[in-house]
Amino acid sequence: MTEQPKIRLRDVCKSFGNKRVLNGLDLDVGAGESVVVIGGSGTGKSVTLKCILGMMRPDAGTIEVDGESLIGIGDRDRDRVNRKIGMLFQGSALFDSLHVWENVAFGLLAEHRCSRREARDLAIHKMAMVGLGSDVARLYPAELSGGMQKRVGLARAIATDPEIIFFDEPTTGLDPIMADVINDLIVNVTRTMGATALSITHDMASVRKIANRVAMLYEGRIVWAGRVDELEDCANPYVDQFVHGRAEGPIRMAVRG
Amino acid sequence: MINPLQPVGRASLAILGTAGRLTLFTAEALSHCVRPPFYGRNILRAIVEIGYFSLPVVGLTALFAGMVLALQSYTGFARFSAEGAVANVVVLSITRELAPVLAGLMLAGRVGASMAAEIGTMRVTEQIDALTTLSTNPMKFLVAPRLIAGVAMLPLLVTVADVIGVFGGYLVSVYKLGFNPSNYLQSTWDFLQLQDYLSGMAKAAVFGFLVTLMGCYHGYNSRGGAQGVGTATTNAVVSASILILCFNYILTEAFFAR
Ligand SMILES: Nc1ncnc2c1ncn2[C@@H]1O[C@H](COP(=O)(O)OP(=O)(O)O)[C@@H](O)[C@H]1O
Ligand SMILES: [Mg+2]
Repeated sequence: MTEQPKIRLRDVCKSFGNKRVLNGLDLDVGAGESVVVIGGSGTGKSVTLKCILGMMRPDAGTIEVDGESLIGIGDRDRDRVNRKIGMLFQGSALFDSLHVWENVAFGLLAEHRCSRREARDLAIHKMAMVGLGSDVARLYPAELSGGMQKRVGLARAIATDPEIIFFDEPTTGLDPIMADVINDLIVNVTRTMGATALSITHDMASVRKIANRVAMLYEGRIVWAGRVDELEDCANPYVDQFVHGRAEGPIRMAVRG
Repeated sequence: MINPLQPVGRASLAILGTAGRLTLFTAEALSHCVRPPFYGRNILRAIVEIGYFSLPVVGLTALFAGMVLALQSYTGFARFSAEGAVANVVVLSITRELAPVLAGLMLAGRVGASMAAEIGTMRVTEQIDALTTLSTNPMKFLVAPRLIAGVAMLPLLVTVADVIGVFGGYLVSVYKLGFNPSNYLQSTWDFLQLQDYLSGMAKAAVFGFLVTLMGCYHGYNSRGGAQGVGTATTNAVVSASILILCFNYILTEAFFAR
């Protein structure tokens, strides 16, 4: 890659107590690209995203967004950088005391970009982009199914037109059809917005659908990275085991996470 | 060989660690209470939750406390033929001690617990992380409004409890013990000093802060799903109750000991 990557992680380490979760992680995400990080449960995929967003402080290493280092950055700069990033959480993480439209418009209102009225209209527009009618706008998140909640979470993540979107296991817990619908929405939305996407998942159907490039996380570092079409017949034994879901292979499943 | 001092050292380190984390949390929360932006809606919601919906619980507690106080002090003072002091004992005990402490403990059970559960659930379902990605500081959005409401509303609740508690004492004294109503009210009024009421208010403000701080702190730092939220709720109530009784002594000594 010759141009500057949108997101750049170098040698990132993070431990909890004496448990090493990230151990020298390197990752580049180019502008406009869709990178998917795969790996088993508890390998530190969510921790990686939280380190980039500043919710966790890595023990060592550098993290850059648009060439700007994020380590030890002040509150105000952190806020400015985070405004470039939208995120769809694993469990949707909707605010259950707020209406659906207030959830979607939350970022717009927090950034004082527009009045409540305009925010509401914008929220309904974004909800239409993910296939939600205006009739759900005044419902509460608890009144929606898991798939609908994912859509609301997606609408909320894209509401402020972020340059970068993180997807944390977007299809986990959904039936295969709804998972495919969400995958299609992710592809459409990121393409329409021209956004850079960084996703984490262990769902191979999702990987094949949304990824340009794939990186495999194992024992705290990236053991393989390449284009999605190289995934099937790559010689890497870790990737081979994971993609084909075999119990036998170099990956030892930790019984305790 | 096991070093007998090891558990002592480990416990001391754990206590110091908790104290340090709590101090940092408090300092950060306080700084968000005075720096804009302020979330008016959230402050209002917390005010209604703490001030309005706690009224029945606090009122009933104060009523029965005042009633039993009149009954007990009457039986006690009758031995010295000092029944006339019942009104004084009731009004002093209620305003100085019982109203603030009981209201604080009730608030810990009602509001502190629900805050810890609500914020704790938001923590384990990643809603607090979601706030960060939506340009909102969770300390400012969740913690500061509750602290402000707690400090502002418990003194008001205690004022109501003062009135109801004295009224409870009046009911028992007049209708059960046969006191003259106007004499009872007169001696209540004569005996009450502004300082008694104000010391109760100061205690209430401190207790309101402690209850909401413990609710927010334990909720904010909860982890590990439903069980973690349950633990946070218990810890919020227990720690707030102990701190209230402890600070009650410290404040009483500061106000009244000479
Ligand atoms: N706040 C935390 N405190 C302690 N351990 C954590 C914390 N967050 C994550 N971990 C640990 O880090 C490991 C990786 O977690 P995570 O990134 O959520 O996994 P996943 O790859 O499934 O998203 C897990 O084993 C988890 O126990
Ligand atoms: Mg995860």
